[in-house]
Amino acid sequence: MIDWPILSTVTFLPLVGALLILFITDEGENARRNIRAVALFTTVFTFIVSLWIWIGFDNSTPNFQFVEKFDFLGSIASYHMGVDGISMLFVILTTFLMPLCILASWESIDKRVKEYMIAFLLLETLMIGVFCALDIVLFYVFFEAGLIPMFIIIGVWGGKRRVYASFKFFLYTLLGSVLMLLAVMAMYWQAGTTDIPTLLTHDFPANMQTWLWLAFFASFAVKMPMWPVHTWLPDAHVEAPTAGSVILAGILLKMGGYGFLRFSLPMFPLASEYFAPFVFTLSVVAIIYTSLVALMQEDIKKLIAYSSVAHMGYVTMGIFAMNQEGVQGAIFQMLSHGLVSGALFLCVGVIYDRLHTREISAYGGLVNIMPKYAVAFLIFTMANVGLPGTSGFIGEFLTLLGVFKVNTWVALFATTGVILSAAYALWLYRRVVLGALTKDSLKGMLDLSLREKLVIYPLVVLTIFYGVYPAPVFDATAASVKNLVDQVSISIQAAPQAAPAPAAEAPAAAH
Amino acid sequence: MDQMYLAIVFLPLLGFLIVGLFGNSLGAKASEYITSGFLVISAVLSWVAFFQVALGDTEAFTVPVLRFIDSGALQADWALRIDTLTVVMLVVVNTVSSLVHIYSIGYMHHDPHRPRFFAYLSLFTFAMLMLVTSNNLVQMFFGWEGVGLASYLLIGFWYQKPSANAAAIKAFVVNRVGDFGFALGIFGVFVLFGSINFDTIFANAATYLPAAAAHGTDAAAQGADAAVAHGDTVLNFLGYHLDKAAAMTVVCLLLFMGAMGKSAQVPLHTWLPDAMEGPTPVSALIHAATMVTAGVFMLARLSPLFELSHSALTVVTFIGALTAFFAATVGLVQNDIKRVIAYSTCSQLGYMFVALGVGAYGAAIFHLFTHAFFKALLFLGSGSVIHAMSDEQDMRKMGGIRKLIPTTYWMMVIGTLALTGVGIPATIIGTAGFFSKDAIIESAFVGHNAVAGLAFALLVVAACFTSFYSWRLIFMTFHGKPRASHDVMHHVHESPPVMLVPLFILAIGALFAGVVFHDYFIGEAYAEFWKKALFTLESNHILHDMHGVPMWVKLSPFVAMLLGLLVSWHFYIRNPQAPVRLAARHHGLYQFLLNKWYFDELYDFLFVRAAKRLGYFLWKKGDGVVIDGLGPDGISAGVIDVTDRVVKLQTGYLYHYAFAMLIGVAALATWMMLGGSF
Repeated sequence: MIDWPILSTVTFLPLVGALLILFITDEGENARRNIRAVALFTTVFTFIVSLWIWIGFDNSTPNFQFVEKFDFLGSIASYHMGVDGISMLFVILTTFLMPLCILASWESIDKRVKEYMIAFLLLETLMIGVFCALDIVLFYVFFEAGLIPMFIIIGVWGGKRRVYASFKFFLYTLLGSVLMLLAVMAMYWQAGTTDIPTLLTHDFPANMQTWLWLAFFASFAVKMPMWPVHTWLPDAHVEAPTAGSVILAGILLKMGGYGFLRFSLPMFPLASEYFAPFVFTLSVVAIIYTSLVALMQEDIKKLIAYSSVAHMGYVTMGIFAMNQEGVQGAIFQMLSHGLVSGALFLCVGVIYDRLHTREISAYGGLVNIMPKYAVAFLIFTMANVGLPGTSGFIGEFLTLLGVFKVNTWVALFATTGVILSAAYALWLYRRVVLGALTKDSLKGMLDLSLREKLVIYPLVVLTIFYGVYPAPVFDATAASVKNLVDQVSISIQAAPQAAPAPAAEAPAAAH
Repeated sequence: MDQMYLAIVFLPLLGFLIVGLFGNSLGAKASEYITSGFLVISAVLSWVAFFQVALGDTEAFTVPVLRFIDSGALQADWALRIDTLTVVMLVVVNTVSSLVHIYSIGYMHHDPHRPRFFAYLSLFTFAMLMLVTSNNLVQMFFGWEGVGLASYLLIGFWYQKPSANAAAIKAFVVNRVGDFGFALGIFGVFVLFGSINFDTIFANAATYLPAAAAHGTDAAAQGADAAVAHGDTVLNFLGYHLDKAAAMTVVCLLLFMGAMGKSAQVPLHTWLPDAMEGPTPVSALIHAATMVTAGVFMLARLSPLFELSHSALTVVTFIGALTAFFAATVGLVQNDIKRVIAYSTCSQLGYMFVALGVGAYGAAIFHLFTHAFFKALLFLGSGSVIHAMSDEQDMRKMGGIRKLIPTTYWMMVIGTLALTGVGIPATIIGTAGFFSKDAIIESAFVGHNAVAGLAFALLVVAACFTSFYSWRLIFMTFHGKPRASHDVMHHVHESPPVMLVPLFILAIGALFAGVVFHDYFIGEAYAEFWKKALFTLESNHILHDMHGVPMWVKLSPFVAMLLGLLVSWHFYIRNPQAPVRLAARHHGLYQFLLNKWYFDELYDFLFVRAAKRLGYFLWKKGDGVVIDGLGPDGISAGVIDVTDRVVKLQTGYLYHYAFAMLIGVAALATWMMLGGSF
């Protein structure tokens, strides 16, 4: 084990970088280059340090590791950090994607570079904090504060309708969070602590679980996003700068799934069991509905955004299957989607930087002049479709398998997603990349630059590597997930068979 | 020993990686030699393996490769399962693939993207090898979708052609429909057996049903069904509580859905004819000899499961017979030389499924084996014709080139003799198809399920049609008066040796594969040859029965073949006006066949356009009007008004939201303090 506070180091390193940037003037091209360099160096360094978490991680125990704890806010909340198999890889995913985001913004962001980089570094600190926090107040602070830099990134460096998009994003997520705040308060009231490991062992009364579950659900469902509270996502993606989309799809969406795994399932197992059919229904609707909507999109980013919603449907479905395969599959799906959707947005960014439009109809025949780009885009498209051999397959397959054990109807409908995703993804690829090059505006476009290769190739390698050899992820998550699944099933079996009240007011859980 | 099998499977991957990554710097020549060289080595080693495992007495074994998925009860590793069924497939895949690689050196000579082409071919071969060596269902699914990817890439190889791109997507998506069933089938197997590894599944399947009699008489089968009808529920599928027998049927049918997609069985066949948009060597390798037979392989591999479900096998028989008949009828009137052969492939795959359906797994794999040779021969031969005719594929613009390309002509004739199953009944003199196809027809005759009799009738009729359209192809292409332009006729030339030598080798297979191997696949040496690779219930006597069919049954395919040949000769040599008159007289029927029973139009209406309309509706009305309209737009519209004013006063939003955040934190802290004081 490592005896220095590695989690705090990783969490606050980006903030140190942000402080450094604060002292660089934002005048002239040189200064801007320095700012970018500092940001890049900070994020790369953070990533390297964070690897020590994985290297030092003990796969055999479900307990929290690298724990740091001291008091904060009097004796009520504490500064308590730690990771287990569920959260650890999300930290690595975050630190891995950040340098790529900085690189992707290298040329495309040329206004207010200083503020932009500060916002990103601050966002990184907050995101890592979410995954490391072991105190529910601390979690809430990181979780909510993360909204602000993202809001700013969309609102300031976004496209034409950025104000609309950023407000939609902010309002939706804030609305969910208010309910979660109430739930946090109620939990403290009931359990007398905000410490997550303690809360994990606390038995909340069945009828309270229902309300708490719903309050948390409001927040996480918006974050995922689940149907029907998903409409902020396409707008936010469309308007966000490329790197903003990468972080949004890659990390921020995962906070919802992480929240379900960290709070909803283990703390409110009875309510989770009770609401599982409801979540399944929403997940299946999301998969089919948003896939069909994605089919008809005219904007590349919107299409990928809708496909993200569909893919998150597999995640919620897998989580609420509440078995080892489903939950591990959901975690894998989140990690894989972090790589793949991030990569897809980066691919869109590459051509957007050249032509400044996201209209599908403006493109066509790019393979003729950008063969390297075409190959990379194809690989990510296939991963998005869930082709075996890419990371996209493993999570999709396991979540479906997990849910099949629980409810075959859900599995049947959700599996239609494999047909629909092939349709919309390949059709997009055909319209953008394949065909003859007839449009004059495209003829001067260059293939991937060295910087773009640096951003995209690592993602290609990882997408295929984890598709062929996913074992490291399963090894890291197995113990914690097993513990989680076992605890949940013990709680459910121990409880009296009566459904938790107030059943009458629960949403109609269509079966 | 293990290394040999690793080499067989991974050399094509190595070739793909080298040429895929460095092909453009290596140049076309080097790319061709590297991929083809690796494939030839793989092919030679495959034959060595064939002699060791199938003809020798090496026991079946497994070569471990790498860990794969390990989650909960699901454990799947990368591994190579080596038994007779595997090595038969290795021989088929690698032999045809290496010949196609070599042939392509000549055929693709003028193409600027040769490195990419050869890389794709090798990628396909690797995926196919992973499929046939799979040791569990997930690895099989990997190979299954991997060949789908390669097929997609190769159909769309000429990416500037819109029709090629459309065909590529169609192939992938239609296959995905099948894979939808396959995936659900895998989940079902996992629930029933707690594993997706073949060893575990097969070991448990053997004792799964108490004395099931899938191949007894119908009465016996029903008796067996009744005996287990009230068993415990083992699978709760879509609200039905299924006992063991019913669950097995459901799972097998789901798996069969995957096979229908990959092997182009009605109603999932529509992608195969369109796949002819790809280069002709691709059609020979993927869409005739290997990939499309994956469904047949899957059912044979899973024979321990399918043997347990009489109902599922009945469905397999029916679909197979229907496809064999349907595709043959459509093949009668097609004018594109490649489409005729494509429908023929579809039809012959139907034959194989009939054999599987009646429990004659050996006969199905035997036909798969011989079909690979003569169908690849026909495709590569037609490639040679297309090459000679300056890329013309329409047979109406051919004719009279027999003397100009005699080698190709004779190769095509050999392929046709093998496909139509020419041979002397009741002897062992005949071409490859004579042994394998007639064996299937005989097995259908003695099959015990409810549709076996129908299948027999349809197959005999299809055999007649097969003979007709095959000879029609020969006559229209090579005989009669030239119908091509003077320019084209002037350029007609025989193909170079690099293209002809693969034809010779395949021709040897087409002529002699039947007589040499029939004893092993379906005859006396069956048990020593297959060992335990194919599973049959003790009550399954089909192989014994099919050798004892009456003489008229043995004669029926021969008579059908002869009839088809005579009609074809009459129509296209003796009296060329006859088919035109016939088509005019039965205009409706002719259009129905020419338009492939209108499947494409039906699907386009039912699925493609419906999905698009629904997607558009959900987007504009669902998301736009309902969700956004009721939800955030009203609220945010109001807020935007406010902020617009704020924006006018201040330059940034930062302060605004920092302030909002501060209020939130302050509220939280205040509450904490107060809450703490209670």
